[in-house]
Amino acid sequence: MDWTIEDLKNWHEKIFEKVLEFGLDPYEQEFEICDHEQMMSYMAYSGMPSHYPHWSYGKAFEKTKTLYDYGVSGLPYEMVINSNPSIAYLMKGNNLCLQLLTMSHVYGHNDFFKNNFTFKSTDADYTIEDFMSHAKRVRGYIEQPFVGLDKVEAVLDAAHSLSLQQRRNLARKKLTRGEQAEMVRDQFRQMTDPFGSVHKREKFDDEGFKQAMEKNPPAPEEDILLLIRDNTRLSEWEKDLFTIVHDEAQYFIPQIETKIMNEGWASYWHKKIINSLDLDFGLAAEFAKNHAQVLSPRPGQINPYHLGYKIWENIEKRWDEPSKEDLEKFGKRNFENADGSKKTGSNKIFEVREADRDQSFIRQYLTKDIMRELKMFEYEETEQSGQRVIKVTKVPDEDNWQAMRDQLIKSVGMNGIPVIKVEDANYNNSRHLFLKHYHDGRDLQLEYAEKTLKHVKDLWRGRVSLEAIISNTKNICHVDDDGKFHKKIIY
Amino acid sequence: MAIFRDTTDKNHSDRSSGDRLRHGQKVRKAIKDNIGDILSEESIVGKDRDKIIKVPIRGIKEPRFIYGDNRGTGQGGGEGDDPQPGDIIGRSQDGKGNQQAGDQPGVDYYEHDITLGELLDMMFEDLNLPELKQRDLRNIEVQTRVRRKGLRHKGPRNKLLPLPTQREHIRAGQGNKRMLDEIRKEIEALRASGNTIEAERLAEKLKEHERQLLDLRKKLKVEKKDNWIAMRPENRRYAKSKIEPKKHSNAVVICIMDTSGSMDTEKKYLARSFFFFLVRFVQIRYLNVEIVFVAHETEAKEVTEDEFFHKGESGGTFISSGYEKALEIIKERYDPSLWNAYAFHCSDGDNFDVDNDKAVKMARELCKATNLFGYGEIKPPSGYYGSSMVQRFKDHIKEPNFQTVVIRSKDEVFPRFTEFFSKARSEGE
Repeated sequence: MDWTIEDLKNWHEKIFEKVLEFGLDPYEQEFEICDHEQMMSYMAYSGMPSHYPHWSYGKAFEKTKTLYDYGVSGLPYEMVINSNPSIAYLMKGNNLCLQLLTMSHVYGHNDFFKNNFTFKSTDADYTIEDFMSHAKRVRGYIEQPFVGLDKVEAVLDAAHSLSLQQRRNLARKKLTRGEQAEMVRDQFRQMTDPFGSVHKREKFDDEGFKQAMEKNPPAPEEDILLLIRDNTRLSEWEKDLFTIVHDEAQYFIPQIETKIMNEGWASYWHKKIINSLDLDFGLAAEFAKNHAQVLSPRPGQINPYHLGYKIWENIEKRWDEPSKEDLEKFGKRNFENADGSKKTGSNKIFEVREADRDQSFIRQYLTKDIMRELKMFEYEETEQSGQRVIKVTKVPDEDNWQAMRDQLIKSVGMNGIPVIKVEDANYNNSRHLFLKHYHDGRDLQLEYAEKTLKHVKDLWRGRVSLEAIISNTKNICHVDDDGKFHKKIIY
Repeated sequence: MAIFRDTTDKNHSDRSSGDRLRHGQKVRKAIKDNIGDILSEESIVGKDRDKIIKVPIRGIKEPRFIYGDNRGTGQGGGEGDDPQPGDIIGRSQDGKGNQQAGDQPGVDYYEHDITLGELLDMMFEDLNLPELKQRDLRNIEVQTRVRRKGLRHKGPRNKLLPLPTQREHIRAGQGNKRMLDEIRKEIEALRASGNTIEAERLAEKLKEHERQLLDLRKKLKVEKKDNWIAMRPENRRYAKSKIEPKKHSNAVVICIMDTSGSMDTEKKYLARSFFFFLVRFVQIRYLNVEIVFVAHETEAKEVTEDEFFHKGESGGTFISSGYEKALEIIKERYDPSLWNAYAFHCSDGDNFDVDNDKAVKMARELCKATNLFGYGEIKPPSGYYGSSMVQRFKDHIKEPNFQTVVIRSKDEVFPRFTEFFSKARSEGE
């Protein structure tokens, strides 16, 4: 260990000075120094100082430990919690240079948490307390003689399988039942009349509206857990577990939605901050090495740190010296501030960090040149001379780069998770939960869908079926009372 | 200003230990459920208890709705030369392909080490010697698991027993009422005897007590009930558990194996696997069961355990000779009125024709002398068979305690073995 806490404090003062100088706006930051065992524990519990118990976190720990013990993967340098004050962990075994990198990187994340719009749905002041309260409640249920570990675990297992099946864009308000009804009503209004909302609703499709309103929910619903919670006869503790799992997943959704931006932003700032410090040659060289390691491409994968970093750098450059094409593409007004002055690169990146998430970030700012620089490619598994091989199918040339970008957008953030909605919770008036997968060209993984559906059935305690398109045919899947899975092709 | 906190020197508890333990239990269960597969892949016969077996387990899954790999495509970035369409960048591996989600199925494989001893313990956990009957002489100790026995006044909350607690509570309520009644009587008695000062003092106390009870009831929002008092900690009752060995009657297991020339390496291996399980099962689960080994060809001999598992084979087959020997041993040493006897015979069923009738006759007699007589016929699909005894035995022996199984391959040994001992059949328990 080539540092003491005093050293860290001194360096931190310099870093923090730069953070303010560059205009970052972070929460108060706390650093905890831990050893690698503690770090692995934090990783298993997403960094939370307290978290409810569940065997899956034990599994996560074992996995990390195995990988670490065999030297397959190292431990991450940074781990930051989106809370106010923000908490980050510094590993004791890391050298001074890594600690500096981590501290500056952490400030990048911290600033992003505080300012990006997707995080507005999280109440950072109470993050730690919320998780602690969840832990206390779950432990309480486990200790209750009439509930116990087995029952709690069964509900958690099932609820975990649905935790991410919820609304993706949390910045949008969740519609109440009345508003949903209004939305459905709008759908049945005559669309040819441009003043439909002013005129009398003569041509209103009464029959269709009535039919739609018989459904519960009136419009397809994404928050499956909450819908089950509110439409099933459950004990209070079960309802509470549902809420806990839903709330925790909701906390992580903004982080999933902004992985590339967030990591890119933090990498961008750690470089800028460290480079602005007066490092001696040894430290500077060490930093250059570490920085390159953070951004190093992973074979066959896309490194979010690298991709995000490159895009941020590119945005800054383009707004500092806008090219003609950019002026045409974005319009001249996009290069001016509200008061008419020229918008600089740094103005622009602060604006983007506030108003975008991965999908919009990539759609707007990923260019062909960046893709070229990252040597991105699209591949396919094919048969060649009797062997299964991975073959490059597309590279970002003039014809393909936009298609590739759109393909990438499909896999970022919550787009990696299939959209499943509750079409009707009372199908055929028989308390039959009818789910539908909104197919976008990608099929569900059937083995997992089967097991998840069984969990849904356990929670719903009634008939459950799922409509899904598998290999271009429409299927209805359901689990019968004996727990057997059935799949029927409808066309 | 930022705070730096060093937590490494503190005695921090191992916070994930509970969840790891629970995960470990799940893994154990997964192993137990797949014991058949593990056994068919590992050669464990005749191995030391401490031998470590690597068991591949599919991670205990946490299913979610995820996208499948229906097109086998994905995106990546790289170093070095610019990739060109048509470049081959690698060979496809199982479970690799679509790089989007972290929890793809198929990647979740890892290995778990357990010792052979642990594995055997798990295998035999649910098995029992069937039809173990009460005999006069008792000295087998069965290792039984933890039993609930009796109540405790203190204990962990999850061991709290609602019913006994409620019973105690009601009792305490009634006791309270009795006490109050007695005080009332005493007050009257005191009044009658003219000692009003003492009576008033007692009445005051009684009132105070009743008022307190009422306040408490209001505070706890309990409806009015007769004899109500608040739950007292000392009325709680918790489960007490105890490990107790159970005494059972004597038992002897007689292993009879065909060691004739027709038992080739594969058959021999299957038969020995079967007996390996049998012997280990008896040794692990029962403390004082005797095991007798009989090897036969045209003649039968009682042999030691070592000889039984390692003897070479030769000669023809008279199955009856083995049964005769077993009967002889039972007659001499294990009187059926005092002993529970079990006989198991493994053979390829390739008997000399002249012996068949005698074999059936002797088998019947053996049935009478034993609680269970099991016949396992080893019939690997590759191999030469002169004849089969299974059908003959089935046709001629109607005794209910006679059972046959056919073992065709390595992975059938353990399932067939459990058929003899699974709980469903053990009516004696």
